[in-house]
Amino acid sequence: MNFSLTEDQKMVQSMAREFAAKELEPKAAEIDASGEFPHESVKKMAELGLLGMVIPEKYGGAGFDFVSLAVAIEEISRACGSTGVITAVHNSLASWPIVNWGSDATKDKYLPRMATGELLGAFGLTEPNCGSDPGSMEAKAVLDGDHYVLNGAKRFITNGGAADIFIVFAVTDPDAGSRGITAFVVEKDFPGFSVGKHEDLLGLRATSNCELIFEDCKVPKENVLGEVGAGFKVAMGTLDVSRIDIGAQAVGIAQAALDKSLAYSQERKQFGRAICEFEMIQEKLALMATSIDAARLLVYNAAFQKDAGRKRFSKESAMCKLFAATAAVEVTKEAVQIFGGYGYTKDYPVERYFRDAKCMEIYEGTSEIQKIVIARSLLG
Amino acid sequence: MILSEQHLKWRERMRDFSLKQVQPGASSCDKSGEFVDANVKAMARQGLLGITWPKELGGMGMDYLSYAIAVEEVSRVCASTGITLAAHTSLGTYPIYKFGTDEQKRKYIPPLAKGRHLGAFGLTEPNAGSDAASIETSAVKTGKGFVVNGSKRFITSASFAGTVIVAASQDRNLGRKGITCLIVETKTPGFTVASEENKLGLKGSNTVELAFEDMLVPVENVLGRELEGYRIFMETLDGGRISIGAFCLGMAQGALDTLAGWLAKCKHPSQMASKRLSDVAVEVEAARLMVYNAAQYKDADLRADKECAFAKLYASEVAVRAAGTAIEVIGMPAASCDLPVARIYRDAKLGEIGEGTSEVMRMIIAREILSEIQSS
Repeated sequence: MNFSLTEDQKMVQSMAREFAAKELEPKAAEIDASGEFPHESVKKMAELGLLGMVIPEKYGGAGFDFVSLAVAIEEISRACGSTGVITAVHNSLASWPIVNWGSDATKDKYLPRMATGELLGAFGLTEPNCGSDPGSMEAKAVLDGDHYVLNGAKRFITNGGAADIFIVFAVTDPDAGSRGITAFVVEKDFPGFSVGKHEDLLGLRATSNCELIFEDCKVPKENVLGEVGAGFKVAMGTLDVSRIDIGAQAVGIAQAALDKSLAYSQERKQFGRAICEFEMIQEKLALMATSIDAARLLVYNAAFQKDAGRKRFSKESAMCKLFAATAAVEVTKEAVQIFGGYGYTKDYPVERYFRDAKCMEIYEGTSEIQKIVIARSLLG
Repeated sequence: MILSEQHLKWRERMRDFSLKQVQPGASSCDKSGEFVDANVKAMARQGLLGITWPKELGGMGMDYLSYAIAVEEVSRVCASTGITLAAHTSLGTYPIYKFGTDEQKRKYIPPLAKGRHLGAFGLTEPNAGSDAASIETSAVKTGKGFVVNGSKRFITSASFAGTVIVAASQDRNLGRKGITCLIVETKTPGFTVASEENKLGLKGSNTVELAFEDMLVPVENVLGRELEGYRIFMETLDGGRISIGAFCLGMAQGALDTLAGWLAKCKHPSQMASKRLSDVAVEVEAARLMVYNAAQYKDADLRADKECAFAKLYASEVAVRAAGTAIEVIGMPAASCDLPVARIYRDAKLGEIGEGTSEVMRMIIAREILSEIQSS
C-alpha cells in the first residue's frame, strides 16, 4: 500500500496551494462578510484549468484523476471554504455527470465551455420539501413534442444564482417512485427558468446559494441526461463521487484551522508562557492533527477506489464524508477555543472556519444519511 | 429536582415574558447587530435588572435560583438579551452589593436594579485573558484620587453602562497582590468606548473596547480594600458562572425546542433522529440540574467554586453540542436563517470562552478536588 501522492498529484497540490494562498485567502473574509460570489476568482481558476479537472482532454479539460481533484479541492478550501465548494460543485456535481452519462452531443455541446469556465455548473436535487428523501420529489417534467415542460422548485442550490448550466432532477413518471425521476441539463436562459430567494446561510456565505424556480420551463428532449427514469441512479452515482470532494473540503477547512492554531498558540502568551506550552492546548493540537490526518487518508482512499475503477465505492465515499465533516466541526470548534475571546471575533478567520465547517455535515447527504449508506453497504 | 410552587410560577412568568417581549426582536437584532435595547427596557419594567437585590436597594429581593431561571428563559429565546442580563447582574452589580460600602450600595445599586442604566465589568485586556492577574491598566494614587490609564477588551454592555467595575494595577511588581477594583462612572473624563467588537455571535449584545486616559477616580470609589482586587474579581467570576451556566442552559433548551418542534412535524422521525433528540434532552436536563444546584449552594451561602465551574463548563459544552446536533439532524433549513438554531450555534460558542474558558474551568475543578483531598 502506498500513501504518497504521485509526481503529477503533487504538482496539482502545489499549484492549487500557491494559487489559493495568493488569490483566494486574501479575499475570503471579505466575500464571507459581503456574501458576494467571487466571480473574479472563479475566472482565474478557469485559466488554471481548475474548472475542467474531471473533463477529458479531448473536451478541453485537464483530465485529472480523482485523487488530484480531492487534493486541489482541499487546497482551495484551506484558503476559502466558499470557493472550495463552488469549485467542487462545478467539477464533480455538474461536469462529472455529463462526462459519465451525457450523450456525445451533450458532451460536445457543454463540456468544452464548462472546462474553460465559460459555463459554470450547479446541481438541482434538493427541494423545499425534499431533502434527504429524493423519493418525495415534487418537481415534474412532462413530455410535450420535442421538449419537456418542467414545473417546480429547487432549494439550497450552491452556485444557484451564478451558474449558467444546471443538472436538474424532476419526476417524469409519478407512479414509478424513484424509477420515475429523470435528470436534465438546463441552461439558465431556457424560458421559464428563474432564480429565487438567495439563502442567508450560517457559513459558506459567498456561494450564491439560491432557490431555482421552474415555471413551464421548456427543456429540449435531447437534454435528458442518461435515460428517462434513470435520474435517481444519476443522482446517487454523482453524489458517491462528489462526497469525496466534500470530504476534501472538510479536510482543507480543518487544516486551515490547525495552521492558524499552531501559529497563534506559539505567539500568544499567558502566565508568562506561550500558550502552546500548556498541556491542555497541546492535547487539542494533537487531537486536531490526528483527526485531520485520519480524515485525509479516508478521502484519499475513497478517491483511490474511484481511480482504481471500482464500480462501488459508496461506502468509502460516505465514510470519508462522514468522518471528515465530524472532524472539521470539532477541529474548527477547538481552534476558536484556542484563540479564546479573539477567536470569537472577526479579527481572525477561525470563526469563519467554525461556521463554514458545519455545512459539511449537512449538504450532499447529512451525516445521518452517510451512516445509513455505510450500514447498507455493510449489510449487503 | 422538583421546583417549589413559587419557582414554578416564576418560570411560567419568565417564559411568558420572554415569548411576548424578548423573542420578537431576537432575529432582527442578530441580523442588524443593533443592541437589544427594547428587550433591556422591557426587563427593566419587570424589575428583572435587580432580581436578587433587597427591595430597599430597588431590587426584587428574590433568590439566585429565581435569577438563574430568569436568565435561562430569556436566553432560550434571545441569547444576546440573556448575556446582557447576566453580565449586568452578576458582573456589573454583584461586586458592589457584595464588596461595596453602605454608601456605595445606596448610591450605585438602585439605578442599576431599576435599569436606569446598565452595569459592566472591566477586567479582560488585550494581553490579559485567562491570565487575569497580568493586567496592565495602571492606577496611580494621588492626592486627588486614582489616575487610571490603560485599556480593556471584550467588555459587555459598557456603551450602555452607568458604572463599570474596573480592575487596575497599583503596582505591577506585586502581580495579583497589586490589583485594585474601582467603581468607575462612565461619565468620568478620560473614559471612552474605543470600538465595538465584530463577533461570531451574540450580535445583539454590546461588546466593546475601553480606553482610559488619565481618568481620575475618587478614592471613595475603591471597591473593597485597595490591593484586594484580585480576590474580588475572582469571587465575582465564581458566582457569575451560575448565570453563564443558566445562559448556556437557555440556549441549549432553545436548540432542543427547535429540534423537537421540527421532528414533531415529521410523520415518521427516523430512529437515528429520535436517538439524537433524546441524547440532547438528557444533556439539557443534566445541565439544568447542575445550574440549579450551583444556584442553591449560593442561596445557602455555601462556597461553590467547584459547583459553579461544573455548571458553566458542562452547560456551555451542552449548548454548543445541542445546537450542532439540531442543525445536523434538521439539515439545510437549520443552516439557513429560517430557524433560530444557526443563531444559537454562533451564540453558544461564547459560553465556552467568556468568564473563564473551559480550560480554566477544568483547572479550577481539578484544583478544588485536589485541595479537598489534601485538606482532609
